[in-house]
Amino acid sequence: MTAAAPLAVLRDVEVDYGGRFGLGPFSLDIASGEIVALIGPSGCGKSTALRLLAGLEAPTRGAVTRAAGRGETSVVFQAPTLMPWAEAVDNVALPLELTGVPRGMARERAAAALAWVKLKGADQAKPAQLSGGMAMRVSLARALVTDPKLLLLDEPFAALDEITRRALADDIHRLWTATKPAVVFVTHNVEEAVFMASRVLVMTPGPGRLASEMAVDAPLPRPAGFRTSALFRETVEHVSAALAQAMAA
Amino acid sequence: MSRLTAPILFIALLLAVWQITVKALHVPAYLLPAPSDIVLALSQNLGVLTASALTTLQMALWALIAASLTACAIAVLLALSPLAECSVRPVAVALQVTPIVAIAPLVNIWAGLDHPHRAVVGLAAVVAFFPIFSGALTGLKAADPDLERLFDLYGASRLQRLARLRLPSAVPYLLEGHKVAAGLAVIGAVVAEFVSGSGGSQGLAWRLLEAANRLQTAKMFAALLILGLIGVAAHAVFQAIEGLVLKRWRGR
Repeated sequence: MTAAAPLAVLRDVEVDYGGRFGLGPFSLDIASGEIVALIGPSGCGKSTALRLLAGLEAPTRGAVTRAAGRGETSVVFQAPTLMPWAEAVDNVALPLELTGVPRGMARERAAAALAWVKLKGADQAKPAQLSGGMAMRVSLARALVTDPKLLLLDEPFAALDEITRRALADDIHRLWTATKPAVVFVTHNVEEAVFMASRVLVMTPGPGRLASEMAVDAPLPRPAGFRTSALFRETVEHVSAALAQAMAA
Repeated sequence: MSRLTAPILFIALLLAVWQITVKALHVPAYLLPAPSDIVLALSQNLGVLTASALTTLQMALWALIAASLTACAIAVLLALSPLAECSVRPVAVALQVTPIVAIAPLVNIWAGLDHPHRAVVGLAAVVAFFPIFSGALTGLKAADPDLERLFDLYGASRLQRLARLRLPSAVPYLLEGHKVAAGLAVIGAVVAEFVSGSGGSQGLAWRLLEAANRLQTAKMFAALLILGLIGVAAHAVFQAIEGLVLKRWRGR
């Protein structure tokens, strides 16, 4: 059996904003079903890399190849980014309706997606009535409702407290098990990167390049007590060291 | 002392000082009438003043409706095309900085001397146009950039983006614009009526001019009082509408 073609490829891409916040040259292959974490200091271009993968931005130089079609890529932003005037179910139904699914069916699937993220009964709530963690779950439901092949998460937990963070990390793994999308996860938290991903890419300060790459050799979703295991601690140490080295270089 | 009684007491104090001073110094009534004289003038002319007030209010309301429809329509068209926006903006600004008093004679000619109320509505609409227009333009561009990216991601059409993102995002700005415009429409109607200088429109401004020409100063104050009340009422009504709609818009 030959390896499947990668789902998204960045080949020697460079993004030049005319300042210090740029990217590259940077290359990245995303295979279907894998979870990759991009970790690096603020301004290293990790969010830019994510926007390139989403097709929301074009590189200054280099090539981006995307196998996922319209509606097959989802993005979760740092903030919940919900429409404040719309109920949770309408927020979740939006991607379906924009891609032409009839309203009734879109709302039905949206209600089901809200149930996956354990928000059954919050369908009618407006974003202002939700807590930060709940709003982020709505955002996650909106990303998953289209059954994406590529799920891009841009520091989705940055604004949340530790307890909510951990619950959401487990949720993302649980949901990943169901449909196995490829996940790219941007973060500046080492423990989060190691917990979430099977592959951790460390980036240098802007313009960001690949500093090193580490595999996390443990089953997904993570077994109970994974955060206290020797493997987890060691990998976190490795990634931290690589990150420190990248910052110093 | 509560928030409500303090201003009432203050106003009562001002009126008392005014009344006593005017009576004690024997100030002539055509120069500064006492509050009691103003109340008397108000009660004597209540019928004609109320009728004029309703005329002014009606003209202001028509002006507000006309301004709202044209401002929103133009703003939406401009939002669909960035090129159109940079073409129209300088023209709009030029019109905005031209004093209404200066264009009034022109509008009078266009409306025809037989239809002074049309000129008044037109001029008041020009004044009320800008807060709504600039509110709409700002609001249509005020959507969360990440939400815009989300619409890009799912390949939304221009119309989908307008109907489902830009217009709903503009709601708070539109409400604010209409609130400001409501006050300006009343002011615009009064100024326009002054400038059109004809009794044909029979609004409050005409009553003011008429009373001034006859040195009926107490009646002028009575008309001013009503004008002030209209302004406050217009503001209060739109404030209430804004509160109600915003509460529904964001769900709390």
